[in-house]
Amino acid sequence: MNSIDNTMTEGNGSQLRFVRRAMVPERARPLAVDVIGAIWRRLFGGVFNTMLTLVSAFILVALVWPTFRFMIWDAVWDGASRVDCLEETLKRPVGACWPFVQAKFGQFIYGFYPEAERWRPNLVFLIGALLLAPLLVPGAPLKRINALLFFVVFPIVSFFLLVGGRFGLVHVETRVWGGLLITLVISFTGIVASMPLGILLALGRRSPLPAVRVVSVAIIEFWRGVPLITVLFFATYMLPFFLPPHWNVDALLRVLIGVTLFSGAYLAEVIRGGLQAIPRGQFEAAAAMGMGYWKVMGLIIMPQALKYVIPGLVNSFIALFKDTTLVLIVSIFDLLGQVRTSFSDPNWATPVTLFTGFAFAGIIYFVISFAMSRYALAMERRLSTDHRAT
Amino acid sequence: MTPQQQELRQTRNPVAVDIVGLNKWYGSFHVLRDVDLRIARGERIVIAGPSGSGKSTLLRCINRLEDWQEGSVVVDGVELTDDLKKIEDVRREVGMVFQQFNLFPHLTVMQNCTLAPIWVRHMPRKAAEDLARHYLERVQIPEQAGKYPSQLSGGQQQRVAIARALCMQPKIMLFDEPTSALDPEMIKEVLDTMVMLAEDGMTMAVVTHEMGFARQVANRVALMDAGQIIEMSEPARFFENPQHERTKLFLSQILR
Ligand SMILES: Nc1ncnc2c1ncn2[C@@H]1O[C@H](COP(=O)(O)OP(=O)(O)OP(=O)(O)O)[C@@H](O)[C@H]1O
Ligand SMILES: [Mg+2]
Repeated sequence: MNSIDNTMTEGNGSQLRFVRRAMVPERARPLAVDVIGAIWRRLFGGVFNTMLTLVSAFILVALVWPTFRFMIWDAVWDGASRVDCLEETLKRPVGACWPFVQAKFGQFIYGFYPEAERWRPNLVFLIGALLLAPLLVPGAPLKRINALLFFVVFPIVSFFLLVGGRFGLVHVETRVWGGLLITLVISFTGIVASMPLGILLALGRRSPLPAVRVVSVAIIEFWRGVPLITVLFFATYMLPFFLPPHWNVDALLRVLIGVTLFSGAYLAEVIRGGLQAIPRGQFEAAAAMGMGYWKVMGLIIMPQALKYVIPGLVNSFIALFKDTTLVLIVSIFDLLGQVRTSFSDPNWATPVTLFTGFAFAGIIYFVISFAMSRYALAMERRLSTDHRAT
Repeated sequence: MTPQQQELRQTRNPVAVDIVGLNKWYGSFHVLRDVDLRIARGERIVIAGPSGSGKSTLLRCINRLEDWQEGSVVVDGVELTDDLKKIEDVRREVGMVFQQFNLFPHLTVMQNCTLAPIWVRHMPRKAAEDLARHYLERVQIPEQAGKYPSQLSGGQQQRVAIARALCMQPKIMLFDEPTSALDPEMIKEVLDTMVMLAEDGMTMAVVTHEMGFARQVANRVALMDAGQIIEMSEPARFFENPQHERTKLFLSQILR
C-alpha cells in the first residue's frame, strides 16, 4: 500500500500537511536472505577486506598445520623409552612424544606424593569435582548448602586428607607435594581466601572512618607494590628470621599466605572499581529503610558491584592461577616445575621431550583458564538483570 | 519486640516531626537557614520552591541522610544525633520515596519489597511476602511481583518504590519530587497512589510541584527559597491569598 495514497499533499510538492487515513498494520520482519552472499561480501568485499581475509587465512594455516602435525600426525603414541621417540628409530619426522607424558603422568599430577597415598589427592579431586559441578549449574537445588560445603567444609576436609597425621592417615609433608596438585591447592586457596580479603580491603578503602581507610590503603599499596617473586622469597627465606624459632610455620602455608595477601590487594582494587559504579541512590535507599552498614553493603551494594566486576575478577583469578608457577623459585614444584624436572631424566632425553612437556602443561593451563573465562561469561549473562542488552 | 516496645510504638505521639532552628552548611554554602517545621501526626505537608532552595536537603534531614551543624530534629519523640542506633530506629519508622526511584536492580519487585522487612524488622519470609503482596495490590501492580525493576515503566517503578517503603509499615512517609522523573501519562498513576495514602491518614511530607495534588490533599503548603521557609499556610490561603511577594512570584510562574 502506498502511503502517499493516504495523505493529502499541499503546496508545491512538499508535504506541508499530513493526515493519516489508514493505519499501517504490523507485519513480520523480513527474513535474512542470502547468508552465503553476505559472508562472501564480508570476506571479499573490497580490496582491504580481501587482503585481510587472505592474510588471516595464511596465518591460520601457518599456525594450525604445524601444530596439528606436531601434536597428532607425527606424534608418537606408544613406547617405553626414549628410543621409541627418536627419528633414527622411526625413520620419519617425529612430533610429540606422548609416552613420555604417560610415563611421567603421576609425577606431573602428584609430584612426589607417596604412591601408596595417592588415593588421598584423588579423593580430594573427586569431592571437589562433585561439589563444584552442581555449584556451576544454574538451576541446581540447595545452592546455599552446596556453596558452604565447597568453600568451607571442602577445604577443611582436604586439608586433613592431604596432610594426614590424624584419623589413622600417614602424615605427608607438604615438601613432597607437587605437580597439578600443588597448582590447584595454591590457586584454590588463593582465590577462595583472597576474595573476602579483597572485599574487606575495598570496603575499608572507602570507609568513612579515616583510620580504617589509611590502614586499607597502606595494605593495598604495599602488597601491590612488591612483585610476587619478592613476596615468595620473603615468605620462604626471610620470614623465619623474624618469627620466634619455635614458630615452625610450614613452607607451603607461608607461600599460601603470601599469595593470598598479594592477590587480595589486587582484588580489592578491582572490587573498588565496582563499588564506584554503584549510584549513591542505592546506598541511600537502603539506609533510608534502617539497614546498617553491613546489611547495606552485603545485601545491596556488594552483589551489584561484584556483578559489574566479574570480568576483572576472572582476569585476576586466571592471572593468579598462572602465577602460581612462580613458586618454583622457592623450590615448590608445581605442574610446570615437575614438567621441567622431568626433562633431566636421561631415560627420556630426546629432541622433542622439551616441547612435548611444555605442550602438555600448556594444554592443561589453557583448558582450566579457558573454562574459567567461559564460565564467567555465562554467569555474567545470567546475572544481568538490567535487560537492556540481550 | 517486647510488649513495652510494642506499646511505645503504638502510643500516639501528637508530633510526628519537630524541627527547630535547623541550620546546615555545605562547605561555606549556607543551605538551610533557621528552619522551623512541626508536622503533626496524620498531617500532610507539601513543600514547594525553586530549584536549589534546599527542599531535598530539608527532607533528607528528617531521616538523617544529611547531617547538620545547628538545631534539632525530633522524629516521633526521638531526637536525631550521631547515635547510629537512634538513626536506624528512626529510619525504620520513616519511609522515603526518591525522584529516581532507587529500586534495587538486582532484585525482583517482590524481593525489593521484602528485603528490609526480613532483614531489618526480622519478619518471617512468608509474612513479609504476604505483606508485600498486600501493598503491591494497593499500588495496583500485584501482577509485576516476579519482574525486575528494569522491566517496568517509570510509573510502575515509582509505585513499587512506594510499596517497598510501605512494607516497612512506616509512621511517616517522605516524598522527594516523586513524579518529576516521569512522563505526564504516568504522573497521574503515582499521584493517585499518594492520594490513597493520604486518605488512609498517613503522615506525609512531600516535595513536589504538583499544585493540584497540594490543593487536594495537603493540610499545609510551604514555600522554600534560599534555604528558608518563606510562607506556609493551608492550601486555600496559600493559593488564593499568598502574603509574601516571593510566593506570588513563584505561583505566577508555576501556575501560569
Ligand atoms: N552534597 C552537596 N555538596 C554541596 N552542595 C550541595 C550538595 N547537595 C546539594 N547542594 C547544594 O545545596 C543546594 C540545595 O540543594 P537541594 O538539593 O536541597 O535543592 P532542591 O530545593 O531540592 O532543588 P531541586 O528542586 O533542584 O531538587 C543547591 O544549591 C545544591 O547545589
Ligand atoms: Mg531536590
